[in-house]
Amino acid sequence: MSALETEAEPTATSSGFMRSATATLQHARYTFAENPVSGIAFALFVVLLICAVIGPAIVPYSPLASDTAAALKPPSLQHWFGTDQLGRDMFSRVVVATRLDMAIAVFSVALVFAMGGVAGIAAGFFGGWIDQVVGRTADTIMAFPLFVLAMGIVAALGNTVTNIVIATAIINFPLYARIARAEANIRRDSGFVQAARLTGNSEMRIVLTQILPNIMPIMVVQMSLTMGYAILNAAGLSFIGLGVKPPTPEWGIMVAEGAGFIVSGDWWIAFFPGAALMLAVFCFNLLGDGLRDIVDPQRRT
Amino acid sequence: MSDTALLDIQNLTVEFATRRGTVRAVEKVSLTIAKGETVGIVGESGSGKSVTSYAVMRILDRAGRIADGTVSFGGTDLRTISEGAMRDLRGREISMIFQNPRAALNPIRKVGRQIEDVLIEHVQATSRDAKEKAIGILRQVRIANPEERYHAYPFELSGGMCQRIVIALALACKPQLLIADEPTTGLDVTTQKAVMDLVVELTRERNMSTILITHDLGLAATYCDKVIVMEQGKVVESAESTSIFLKPTHRYTRKLVRATPRPGITLRDLLPEEIATPPIAPAPVALGGTPILKVENLVKEYRRQDASGGLAKFFGRKSDQDTSAFRAVDGISFEVGTGESVGLVGESGCGKSTTSMMVMRLLDPTAGKIVFAGEDIGTIPARRFAGSAWRRRIQMVFQDPTDSLNPRYTAARAIADPILRMGEDTGSGSVRTQVEELARLVGLPGNLLDRFPHQLSGGQKARVGIARAIALRPELVILDEPTAALDVSVQAVVLNLLQDLKATLGMSYLFVSHDLHVVRLLCDRVIVMRQGRIVEQGTAEQVLEAPKADYTRELIDAIPHPPV
Repeated sequence: MSALETEAEPTATSSGFMRSATATLQHARYTFAENPVSGIAFALFVVLLICAVIGPAIVPYSPLASDTAAALKPPSLQHWFGTDQLGRDMFSRVVVATRLDMAIAVFSVALVFAMGGVAGIAAGFFGGWIDQVVGRTADTIMAFPLFVLAMGIVAALGNTVTNIVIATAIINFPLYARIARAEANIRRDSGFVQAARLTGNSEMRIVLTQILPNIMPIMVVQMSLTMGYAILNAAGLSFIGLGVKPPTPEWGIMVAEGAGFIVSGDWWIAFFPGAALMLAVFCFNLLGDGLRDIVDPQRRT
Repeated sequence: MSDTALLDIQNLTVEFATRRGTVRAVEKVSLTIAKGETVGIVGESGSGKSVTSYAVMRILDRAGRIADGTVSFGGTDLRTISEGAMRDLRGREISMIFQNPRAALNPIRKVGRQIEDVLIEHVQATSRDAKEKAIGILRQVRIANPEERYHAYPFELSGGMCQRIVIALALACKPQLLIADEPTTGLDVTTQKAVMDLVVELTRERNMSTILITHDLGLAATYCDKVIVMEQGKVVESAESTSIFLKPTHRYTRKLVRATPRPGITLRDLLPEEIATPPIAPAPVALGGTPILKVENLVKEYRRQDASGGLAKFFGRKSDQDTSAFRAVDGISFEVGTGESVGLVGESGCGKSTTSMMVMRLLDPTAGKIVFAGEDIGTIPARRFAGSAWRRRIQMVFQDPTDSLNPRYTAARAIADPILRMGEDTGSGSVRTQVEELARLVGLPGNLLDRFPHQLSGGQKARVGIARAIALRPELVILDEPTAALDVSVQAVVLNLLQDLKATLGMSYLFVSHDLHVVRLLCDRVIVMRQGRIVEQGTAEQVLEAPKADYTRELIDAIPHPPV
């Protein structure tokens, strides 16, 4: 691949690249214009990203600083989302928590993409015993109620953020392995793979240069869709007291802490982190749908 | 025949809303069909021939709309009647047959039931006599043992059989108009003949009108009363089928007529007069020397998969049919001389593709020898063949140019692949210059090299596939129906290109095809296969002019013979 690119005239290559880049941009703009909901999701994603990256630097209060005098205050101009039972500013806590929740989701999705992608492609492309092993492993995981399985994994491995990431990755494994398997399987005997065999590519090279790039778009869409689910799963584990420990700001714990105060009318402690959670999941799901439209070559006419 | 036409289309214009604005797929098309008349609409892909019929049926997809014109069916204006009334007409008055018969049938419902569904839907039968009527209809479409076939599922039937079922469905309610959209594309030539004969016979019997939509001018001229030629959404010519081959008036019709392979012509005759150049004299090759390829008693067996086999074995039960094996290729022997082109002809399932895959070393033979340039390459396992030094000497051009190109590779990258993997540093310039040279050789404009497959036309993709195959100057190229997915005018150009390349580069061809006319044009010798065995082989002249085997004669007779 590199040989061709380095030996090609630089102008031709760069103009070719520029053309395809502008084409992709145009296509993205077209998709968002056709489907404004994807545009909203993308805007929301940018907001989440800003919160995750520079959140701790822009919040008005320290998320851990308690002020007992201002405990359990409803939303006001000083405290946009109100304060909790220790007088901590909920707005600051919700914004700061973005980074941790997103990080758990991103790392677990990256991990499951690597595990499930490799296993699934190998199963679909080579078949035989690899297919059997991967398939039965996925079936075994699917046989458990997934959230309970995640609880069990975290309880067994130890109560840390890393183990939440691992548990979330494991329960998503069957999904990725099956998609990658199906996509690799239908391309295994396609014309271009046969052609690649004829041009002297080894089976390993075919997987890397022919199969993988072609199923990447589908996997990326799947990653976006699972992101929301991963966030929800991490928050769920924290909610029941596994994984992240207080006083670390995390949406799941915050909802858990606030749940006890809803009966006494202090709704805001649980409401705002819950709303953040919902918006994040909503955003990734819509983004996945939008991405599917962008990467689907059938739609690109 | 009454004076009023059954179907009267005037100035029909169909538009599609796309992201690049409105596209006119059909522009001011007018045609009339009288009762009992069979009309062929002929055109290449993108000519608007299918869209016209979809507009009549009002089954355009969401982006399409009828912008102008009138469609009147037996006096009713089809554009203005309600969707409910239209639904009532579809199937009962106007029926349609589609290209892929298997896709048109519900895979999990018995075919007899599917016919009953149509009958009951249109109140042609009650649940009491539906079965009887369905069997009667199966009998009418000449299905043997209709009582038994009534219970068959589509996957248990052959392609031709499925198309008969689809015809049975279409004709179940005795419609007045039948629209057949490429009804025989993808079917074997003998099946095509059987299906078309059936359609024509049934329409005559019932005094029905038929629209036959096809890309095959020969087929339309053979089976239709009138032929309408469409190009880019417009009707360019409308003539009696008897005169279309003799006196084509429009430039485009002339081009189509010329491009249609027929007996007694050469490859150059397929091209339009303006671009036909004198044939290139073949490179001096010592013909009759040692054959480049010698296949001896080649066999490929597949074990029959018994559905209960796995479980039975698991429980220690011995299946008595365990030993039966299906022989896809059953002991064939042939030779390809140096510089020769040999045609491998037969219908689907005859083993020609399996043979080519084995010669190509993508598939391991069960028994037999594949001797290439004096060496038995059949002993090298297919899995390891990609790494062997033989790989670059045998290459292949695939049937479907779209499927055989990686959608994520540019044309240049696809052509460069063999050079990067197996090319030796010959000092003949960089990879890019080699690719450009190959592109020039196959007539692919250099500015298209940085495009992706979906940005290229079918003919351009075929050129990319050919350039890739010849990149390392192989000695033997297997052509697996390289033009089956192409329009006739593109086919004419590609066939000539292949011929010229062979003359310039001195390669040998093994040409796998089901189209005898095409084989005759390109090949020196022809091998006819049936059910894994060779039934006849000889020079192209011999086999096509004076076939010895009955089967060969049957194949030749099944080719549409347009009235010339």
